[in-house]
Amino acid sequence: MGSMPMRAWLWHHVESLRATLARFARAPVATLFNIGVIGTVLALPAGLHLTLANLRDAARALAPEPQLSLFLALDAGRGEADRIEARLKEHAGVRAFRYVPRDKALADLKAGTGLADVVDGLGQNPLPDAFIVEPRDAAPQALEALRAEASRWPGIAHAQLDSAWAQRLETGLKVGRLAAAILAALFAFALIAVTFNTIRLQMLTRREEIEVARLIGATASFIRRPFLYFGALQGLAGGVAAWAILWVGVHVLNGGLAELAKLYAARIELAHLTPRDTAVLLAVSAGLGWLGSWLSVSRHLGQIEARQ
Amino acid sequence: MISFSRVTKRYPGGHEALRDVSITIQPGEMVFVTGHSGAGKSTLLKLTAAIERPTGGTVIVNGQNVGALRDGALPFLRRNFGLIFQDHKLLFDRSAYDNVVLPLSIHGYDPREAARRVRAALDKVGLLGKEKMHPVALSGGEQQRLAIARAIVHRPAILLADEPTGNLDAAYASDLGELFKSFNQVGVTVVIATHDQSFAARLNPRVIALKQGQLE
Repeated sequence: MGSMPMRAWLWHHVESLRATLARFARAPVATLFNIGVIGTVLALPAGLHLTLANLRDAARALAPEPQLSLFLALDAGRGEADRIEARLKEHAGVRAFRYVPRDKALADLKAGTGLADVVDGLGQNPLPDAFIVEPRDAAPQALEALRAEASRWPGIAHAQLDSAWAQRLETGLKVGRLAAAILAALFAFALIAVTFNTIRLQMLTRREEIEVARLIGATASFIRRPFLYFGALQGLAGGVAAWAILWVGVHVLNGGLAELAKLYAARIELAHLTPRDTAVLLAVSAGLGWLGSWLSVSRHLGQIEARQ
Repeated sequence: MISFSRVTKRYPGGHEALRDVSITIQPGEMVFVTGHSGAGKSTLLKLTAAIERPTGGTVIVNGQNVGALRDGALPFLRRNFGLIFQDHKLLFDRSAYDNVVLPLSIHGYDPREAARRVRAALDKVGLLGKEKMHPVALSGGEQQRLAIARAIVHRPAILLADEPTGNLDAAYASDLGELFKSFNQVGVTVVIATHDQSFAARLNPRVIALKQGQLE
């Protein structure tokens, strides 16, 4: 409103906010139930998102980067290895690499897998020399191209990508994320619907006030403002409830996982929502509440006025 | 200035509340619109304040064609008016003060300036000591005066009152007449719709008499 002085405009906003909080306080049980419903509804897609994020993190921990293993022929000499090393140094698609001599590979196998007895029983070392290459570009096509190229180099017996299973998991996670998105869309609609009906009831109970305000010169945005505050705040509170539900959920599950981890002598712990995800959750829940309330006021303000 | 030019108002269903009415009310005038109930008095006020739109003819207020205004402009037109409704339309969930301050918050007054004006308006109608009371605790006459305080608090140029004497006794109606006269004396255009002939006669104003939707 252009004619309204800044201070009065600000005052009206503060006043709307205060009136909204007072309205929450007047019906605490109904308010809590509403926030609980919204929180539960939001916790489901957010929880699925959190599950997928944890799975992805676990997968990353097991296979941090896609790697290409280049195995040399068993009879390859030091000279061959030097030439391949020179090629790798100059290759644009290679970010880093390391050389694993066959003796070290055998020692690693002995130390890392509990197969020491078997290894000792071997008459000779069956392992070839190898290069472990970290490609610059992790895209599946680029990896495959690099693998095909390296496999043609002289002295290379076999080139193998170590990320196939990680890719399969990634594809699975993609489907999971799609499911989370569909779920989120459905529950976003539910949140809008809950807010729409809450605001509708509020407008009915405040019908007289709205009529009088309109008769004495209130603009539609003046009428709408406190309801928008209410919708946005209720959505935000629901978002906070969803965050709390997930925090408690992860906390409880981590308690159970700690025992499991003890049995496997490993560290297994689920992550909470990141600050960024939390910010998105709160912003989206407040935004959806605002939207539901806006739709409701726009729809019902016309009806109230048509009655006069 | 308020000007009706061949105004007709027909409600859905065919009832004609006003038929071919042409009137002009000059700024600063005090006018009574009289007639039996159903004569079209309320309709005339509602058309003036753009609460309803005419089905024929034009209504001009302060140079604006009310019937042709877009919805977004109506709130700003209505701020020219002080409206006193037949049923008061007070809000019973808040104090007398909060009822009267409503137009000022809507128009965006500074809160301190608003407080000053609310007290002045309550003082004018003799309710200054009752600003914290809720309307339900006020008598019929006090409720009426509270509604008047709300109508004048933003110092409108035009005051429209629909049956202000309602079911008040004669002595009270006389006081009310003096109150309206005092507004008129400071330059406010006052238009009062009433079926109360004695109320109208006492003040000796210009009278627009309606009968079955037409000028008598």
